Amino acid sequence: MSNGVLPLSSQTVPAVSISNLRKNFGPLEVLKGVSLSANEGDVISILGASGSGKSTMLRCINMLEVPDGGDITIGGETIRLKKSRKGMMPEDQHQVDRIRSRVAMVFQSFNLWSHMTILENVIEAPVHVQKRPKAECIAEAEELLAKVGIADKRNQYPSHLSGGQQQRAAIARALAMRPDVMLFDEPTSALDPELVGEVLRVMRSLAEEGRTMLVVTHEMGFARDVSNRVVFLHKGVVEEEGPPAEVFGAPKSERFKQFISTHR
Amino acid sequence: MDFAFMQEAFLRLIAGVPLTLNLAFTSIAFGAIFAMLLALMRMSNIKVLDWPAQAYVFVFRGTPLLVQIFLIYYGLGQFRPTLDALGLWGFFREPYWCAVLALTMNTAAYGSEIIRGGLQAVPHHQVEAARACGMSGFLLFRRIIFPIAVRQALPAYGSEIILMVKATSLASVITMMEVTGLAAKMISQTFRAVEVFVVAGVIYLVMNFIITRIIMAIEWWLSPHLRRPPAIEPRLEAAHV
Repeated sequence: MSNGVLPLSSQTVPAVSISNLRKNFGPLEVLKGVSLSANEGDVISILGASGSGKSTMLRCINMLEVPDGGDITIGGETIRLKKSRKGMMPEDQHQVDRIRSRVAMVFQSFNLWSHMTILENVIEAPVHVQKRPKAECIAEAEELLAKVGIADKRNQYPSHLSGGQQQRAAIARALAMRPDVMLFDEPTSALDPELVGEVLRVMRSLAEEGRTMLVVTHEMGFARDVSNRVVFLHKGVVEEEGPPAEVFGAPKSERFKQFISTHR
Repeated sequence: MDFAFMQEAFLRLIAGVPLTLNLAFTSIAFGAIFAMLLALMRMSNIKVLDWPAQAYVFVFRGTPLLVQIFLIYYGLGQFRPTLDALGLWGFFREPYWCAVLALTMNTAAYGSEIIRGGLQAVPHHQVEAARACGMSGFLLFRRIIFPIAVRQALPAYGSEIILMVKATSLASVITMMEVTGLAAKMISQTFRAVEVFVVAGVIYLVMNFIITRIIMAIEWWLSPHLRRPPAIEPRLEAAHV
């Protein structure tokens, strides 16, 4: 199980499948039964106003938020949940850890580890979670840093880098785990406008490689040009879904029409 | 000021430095382990662990160290038959171990609060990033939470170490002949309190000067991320990592 995907099943089993996902924060219903399926190589842009539940949905996929109902299935493996006094919780932490190491996440605020150099950040999970040989991880990390264009920053600390460089380092850190699926949670929202382009360029190149990506974003250009499917969430339900040409060309939902008119 | 006498006092008091440092570092070492345990108990969210830890910290921070030393050394002497039966009398008979115990218990109480502060100030989003990579439990603690917490707690813990070096002077009241013990003995022989205590004070000052420098060096070594980056990337380093 080097990458967790069996060659036979990869044809038929979706990389990620979410069914009837529900999540409450106290009395607030954030997700009211969301279903979504991503095949290998899909790039799905998840749009929605703030509070629509799009980030919560993404965070449920790798159990940073534990759903109150519904199923999350990654590469055919459904995450087992159980009821506890404090609500739902994962039945088996090892299963969650195993799935998390195959589903990499890129955060809005980069979340690099401040006490480690960029190179150390990138090799941390491959060496200590996936237990791969360190020399191999370093060699791969250097390729990845070169790929995202910050090879010269390898021995610097996150606080020494600009936001765009930090986010590219975070993308390299995610790639270093050789993930089956990549989750991006508003990766450009915390960046100065002039730094957004460099991060989007890296993400576009990943999409072109055929990586499976779920991207929560406000970048309409990315949604339109790079993704092959767009999902619009409104108040915890999927309001519009389809290929970008279709949904942007002829939006069915009134809400989505409004949304795109304000997000040019 | 009689400098010849002060020199003589210096030579006699300096003999107490090893014991002072021994008491300080033995209790700091044991105390740090105990403090970590207490901090984890406080943060466990489990009442049966949290409450005893809270009570412990309350009692040991709320009573004077001198009183604790007296209670352990003289107070426990009253229970000699019981301690004998438990095989602990050999330990509590020795003023050295009584002093180490009192100092350890005391620094553990203060240290646990410093460590708890350091642990609680670890940025949540960095922990979340580690979880998202598949880290949990001890691996997460060892690789991410603890290293960040240590960096945040070190300045305050440095103060605690210095306080402990000074607190060892209280061990002199239970016959430990460390720097203050030797000073008191010399004063009772010479009746020249000012010179002897000035010398004793200077000795503590020098010890603590060296200790603060060491702590500063550790802080510097642990915090390259807080300094400006090197202007030019050193090329030699790139060849071997």
